[in-house]
Amino acid sequence: MTTAPGPAASELLLRGIWRENPVLVATLGLCPTLAVTNSIANSLTMGIATLCVLVCSSVLVSSARKYVPNQVRISTYILIIATFVTLADMVLEAIVPAIHKALGAFIALIVVNCMILGRQEAFASKNTVGRSAMDALGVGAGFTLTLLLMGAPRELLGAGSLLGYNVMGPRFEPWVIMILPPGGFLMIGLLLIGKNWWALRTAQPKAERIAAMAAARAAAAQPAQARTREGALV
Amino acid sequence: MSGGTNATGTAPKVSSVRLLSTMGGAGALAGLLIVLVYQFTLPTVLANRAARLETAILQVVPGSTRYDTLYVVEGALTATLPPGADARKLDKVYLGVSEAGGATGFAIPTSQAGFQDVIEIIFGYDPGKPGTLGLVILSSRETPGLGDKIEAPRWLAQFTTLTTPLTAVKAGAAQNPGDAQMITGATISSRTVIAAINKALERWTPILAAYRAGGTS
Repeated sequence: MTTAPGPAASELLLRGIWRENPVLVATLGLCPTLAVTNSIANSLTMGIATLCVLVCSSVLVSSARKYVPNQVRISTYILIIATFVTLADMVLEAIVPAIHKALGAFIALIVVNCMILGRQEAFASKNTVGRSAMDALGVGAGFTLTLLLMGAPRELLGAGSLLGYNVMGPRFEPWVIMILPPGGFLMIGLLLIGKNWWALRTAQPKAERIAAMAAARAAAAQPAQARTREGALV
Repeated sequence: MSGGTNATGTAPKVSSVRLLSTMGGAGALAGLLIVLVYQFTLPTVLANRAARLETAILQVVPGSTRYDTLYVVEGALTATLPPGADARKLDKVYLGVSEAGGATGFAIPTSQAGFQDVIEIIFGYDPGKPGTLGLVILSSRETPGLGDKIEAPRWLAQFTTLTTPLTAVKAGAAQNPGDAQMITGATISSRTVIAAINKALERWTPILAAYRAGGTS
């Protein structure tokens, strides 16, 4: 299969972070996004683990894209993803046992994060290793950033702390609901509102430009029509 | 990717050998990577588990500053390993020791199949009461948001004062000193923990009684 031409590497990196953010635009990977983001440490660990799995899987899938027959491609991708998730699980248990225990089954559940398989099928299997790595980095960074945007306010309001350090003082009464499941739904709702509001706000000037151009064209065409009508009258 | 559809829209024929070798190769590579990383991380993981176990022992037997490991050899407890015995293969309990040198209670590790996977726990036991002194969940992969509530400190706190044997009752229905409240939404997981304690005590009570009576040391 030929490699499809496409956006530059920097564009690939940036679009995953913002314009095609996996959580806020594609609404993928919502299970860990809602479940583990009750603290910054959990959010960061899950984000980095997912990013590593995504990048390693994309690099391997892209490297082997010419050798994997179409008939067994999904099985092969799942095997590759499951392998890297197992490795991430082992490494996290060794280096951050407390967070590994806190994340529980969600580390293993990275295997079924459709965002990862989706990038293999939609991008890595059709592009070069470098471009696939940049795409995976962008999407992984976008996922991690969103988890942090969820985790920081939830920990701050729900526990009065940031990264475990108390920052709200002893008189602050924690909003316990923020570290419970409803707090996750509330935060994702707020983030989706914010993202869509921003998208509409930045899209408006462009629409206005298009409307202005259409109006100018209409104005330029009007005298000619008027002249034609005058000619006809004559 | 090779093996895509051709101009007529049908997938080109790929030999079975190639399909098998692709999957086999991917599986072999996956296995190799997993074994390598497992071997590399194992010493650290074991050290972490040992540290967590030590913390848990001192937590479930309050008042302890250190502990002695007691092994079951020929049906009785002993603090000294027989020559050539492998400590990892022997059943064991831990005897909490206070700063003054007195015994503070036993820490008993046990496990039982929960809703998702095996739940590993360690609980403190005072044979003189008899009752539980504390409980720590060492390992659990119960359903996030439901079964994992067995790790909530509020639920674990009840095990510091219960008399044994335990009776599993609904949340809020505890009336007797041995009533252990289950968790609404995590009934199977919480019942498993309570059952695991009772089962472990059935086995350990005579052995601990014999040890306390000085039958074996």
